[in-house]
Formats: sequence, C-alpha cells, structure tokens
Amino acid sequence: MNQSEESPAKKNQPRLSILAKQALPWVVPTLLLIVWQWASSAGILPSRFLPSPRAVVSSFIALSRSGELWMHVRVSTLRALSGFVVGGGVGLLLGLLTASMHWAEILLDTTIQMVRNIPPLALIPLVILWFGIDESAKLFLVALGVFFPVYINTFHGIRSVDRGLLEMGRTYGLSGWPLYREIILPGALPSILVGVRFSLGLMWVILIVAETISARSGIGYMTMNAREFMQTDIMVVGILLYAILGKLADLLAKGLERYWLRWNPAYQTAR
Amino acid sequence: MPVAASSEEIAAADERCSRGVSVGIKSVSIAFGGRTVLENFGIEISAGEFVAIVGRSGCGKSTLLRSVVGLETPQTGTIILGNVREHNGKPDVRVMFQDSRLLPWRRILPNVMLGLEPALIPRARKVLAQVGLAERANDWPATLSGGQRQRVALARALVHDPNLLLLDEPLGSLDALTRIEMQQLIEDVWQNRGFTAMLVTHDVAEAVSLADRVILIEGGRVALDEVVNIARPRTRGSARFAALEERILGRVLQRRPVAENRW
Repeated sequence: MNQSEESPAKKNQPRLSILAKQALPWVVPTLLLIVWQWASSAGILPSRFLPSPRAVVSSFIALSRSGELWMHVRVSTLRALSGFVVGGGVGLLLGLLTASMHWAEILLDTTIQMVRNIPPLALIPLVILWFGIDESAKLFLVALGVFFPVYINTFHGIRSVDRGLLEMGRTYGLSGWPLYREIILPGALPSILVGVRFSLGLMWVILIVAETISARSGIGYMTMNAREFMQTDIMVVGILLYAILGKLADLLAKGLERYWLRWNPAYQTAR
Repeated sequence: MPVAASSEEIAAADERCSRGVSVGIKSVSIAFGGRTVLENFGIEISAGEFVAIVGRSGCGKSTLLRSVVGLETPQTGTIILGNVREHNGKPDVRVMFQDSRLLPWRRILPNVMLGLEPALIPRARKVLAQVGLAERANDWPATLSGGQRQRVALARALVHDPNLLLLDEPLGSLDALTRIEMQQLIEDVWQNRGFTAMLVTHDVAEAVSLADRVILIEGGRVALDEVVNIARPRTRGSARFAALEERILGRVLQRRPVAENRW
C-alpha cells in the first residue's frame, strides 16, 4: 500500500513531496475557480446566473466591512451550536441510558426508532405553527436533527464495548461508576464521536433549510434576501460561507477525535 | 542483632508461605444450554501449590478457572477458597487471560494501576520494573508487542499481591522464545511470592515445566492427576522431563504409551 512512499524518487526529494501532498487537494478547486473566472470574463456565464469570482470576493469584502456579514454569521453559528448542544446532549444522555439500562431500552427505543424515520424537515409546517418563525423553531429543528445520529451511535458504542475488557474490569473489582469511567465510556467514545461528526454536518443542512424558509437574520436570510434583489454575488457568498462553516465544524470534530482517541493507532498523527 | 535478623527472615519466609490460599472444588457441575461442561468435578489444591490444568479444547478447563473467580456460577457444587490474614480473610484472586485485556485508552502505568489508590504508584512502578518494562510506563498499549502486553497484564495482577493467580492460557498467543521467557518470569514471581497458581494450558511441556501437579480434564472429569517430581529449575532436555511429558501427552491424545504396548 505504501509502495509509492518508499520509491527512491520520493526519498530523494522529501521536501517537494510534502509540498505536493499539501497542494494536491487544492488543485481541483483552483482549476474550477480559473475556469469560472474565465467563463465570466468571456461573457459565457452571465452574471444574472452566476457572478464572477472577483465579484463574489468584492461583495464579500464589502459585506464584511459593513459588519453585516459577521452579524449574520454570528446569528447562524449561535443557532447551529445551541441546537447541537441541546439535541446532541439529549441524544448522548438517552443513548447512555437506553444502552445501559434494559428497562429504559424497552421503554424508549421503539418510540425513538419510529420518530427517527420522520425527516426533521418534514416537520417544518408544524414547527412554524407551533413556534412561529422565532429562534425556538430553528433550535427545535436543529436539535431534533442532530439528536438521532448522536443517540444511535452512543447506543451502538456502548453495546459494542469489548466484553473481554468488561469481564477483566469486574475481576478487578470495578462496578458502577468506576466501570463506566474506566471501560464503558472510553470504549464507546470512538462510536460517539462518529455520531458527533455526522451530526455537525447535519446541523448545517437543517439550519440552512430552516433559515431559508423563515428567518429575519442569519446566513440563510441574507441569501434569500439577496435573491429578492437578484444580487447573485451575495447569494454565492452565503453559499460559500456554509461550505466554510461546515468544513470548520468537521475540522473541530476531527480535532476532538485526534485528542480523545490518541491511544488508537488509527487516529495517531503520522510524524 | 544476628538473632533479630534471623527471626525477621523466618517471619518473611513464613509470610511467603502463607501468601497462597488453598482451593477446594467439590462436586462442581456446569452446563451451558444443556451441554455439560463439568460434571461432578472435584480437586483439592493446597496453599502455595502450582497446578496446571490440561485437556483438549472445549474440555471445560477455562470454565473451571472462570468459575473459581466467579465469572461463571456452577449449577451444583462448591468452590471454597481458604482464609487469609488480610482483606478481612477474603483472598485476593487475579486472572491473567489469553489476551492481555489492557485498556487501550490508558497508558501502561495507569493500566497496572487499575482499581488501585493513586498512593500506590511507587508499588506499580516497582512491579512494572520487575517484569522488565519500567521504561514503557508512559507508552500506549498499542505500541507494545504481544509478549510485552502479557508482561504488563502479569504486572497488573501482581501489583495486588494476589493469594491466588489464575492463568487462562496466558502464553497461548506468544512465539516460542517469548513463551519460554514468560514461563521463567512466572515461575520466578511464583517462587518469590508463594501465591497459589492455577494454569490452564494446551501445552503439556509448559505444564510439566511450571507445575507441581498436572491435572487432565476429560469429559468434564479429572482423567489424570500427576505430581511432577522434578527439582526446580527444570531443564526441558532431561530424560525424566521428556518421559513425563510423553506420558501426559499420550494420555491427552488417548494413545497408549509405547512401553506398555511392547510388554
């Protein structure tokens, strides 16, 4: 598998290969940008459909100078994170409960599995009816969406903790909270983090839709508002912001994995 | 002064001898889903004795060990461990499994410290040094070799100063050289500390080289109970060793000894 890494050419030019490795993921986006700019300048792509990259950059600068951009970003991020904390927190707690206590599984799991099959976005009409287009509506939708991945992966993680380790822990006199702290939680953590990472992606998707449909602030609102005035450059700024924020959330999740799972050879950073 | 020293020595020797605890297993029967694993099984193990239990796969030798530590509950019969002076008379029993069962998310020293007060760190370090891994205290288990991991598992058991050490094929997955090293290590600590040891193994040579007594389980019962009368340290090459190993192995494989056939 690592044949190419050991080839003599690579050994002779290690610095160049590191550089190439760093640059490689950016080749395709850069090419796309160049083609895009060229098509806009040549008039093939009318700015009514898609503005040129240069127009996007200048409207980004203008929006951030006026402070409008950061206000929307702050509002959206706050919504996303508070929904994530509420939904993820409840998912984690219920997952721990149903996986650890048999009665809780019997009582709750069937219900949760049924509700899970309803797409959170299908609830939008009802949610608007219940909460109006307030902050609570968005919080509810995001929390509901991120709940399930965290819940399911927590449940699965606890159920798949190595039986041998549990048995070993018991022969060392561990039970109750110490057994939980030393063996069950760390054993379930890789799976829980998969759920967290998945949730962070879902969090933005749900928020985008919720903000697009009904909001008075936020990136989704900014984008929809721009549509009214055919400001395609601002629309593209909004869309790109989601991409960047999504990537940041993913990096955060990856960072958590690297730190919490540093004992696991699969997550150890190559030096 | 010399008198005092010698009385201390005697006390130390006495302490060593009293570390081990006797094990009395009486008419134990265990069945899993209708399949009888142990039937009316009984053995007596005296304090400080090293007993090896051999037998074919699935003969119930691991089940026996697991029921001694309470991981299985026999349907009938009793398992009685002798009393000890410390821990309110309750003997300390530790298990070494076939796989090391180290916690992958704890570094080596915290693994050895499992279930111990933080105040006992110096003792854990000392035991880790005894198994030759003092300098690996801050490493992750994933970076150790299989043999090293088993040595950590041994240290984890020894740090509790057990009265009874149960060894469930602990060397089964190690290479031949590491096995011999580990056998010597186990024999050394057993001789130094005087705990009672029960070793389950597939390897008859291992049983003969370590144990005072080799017990063969077959069909859920004791099929052979052989005292190993070879002075320690034992050399595998010796004629008595080879003869005993051959006899036990022959019995395991249900082969009649060559000598008997001839006469």
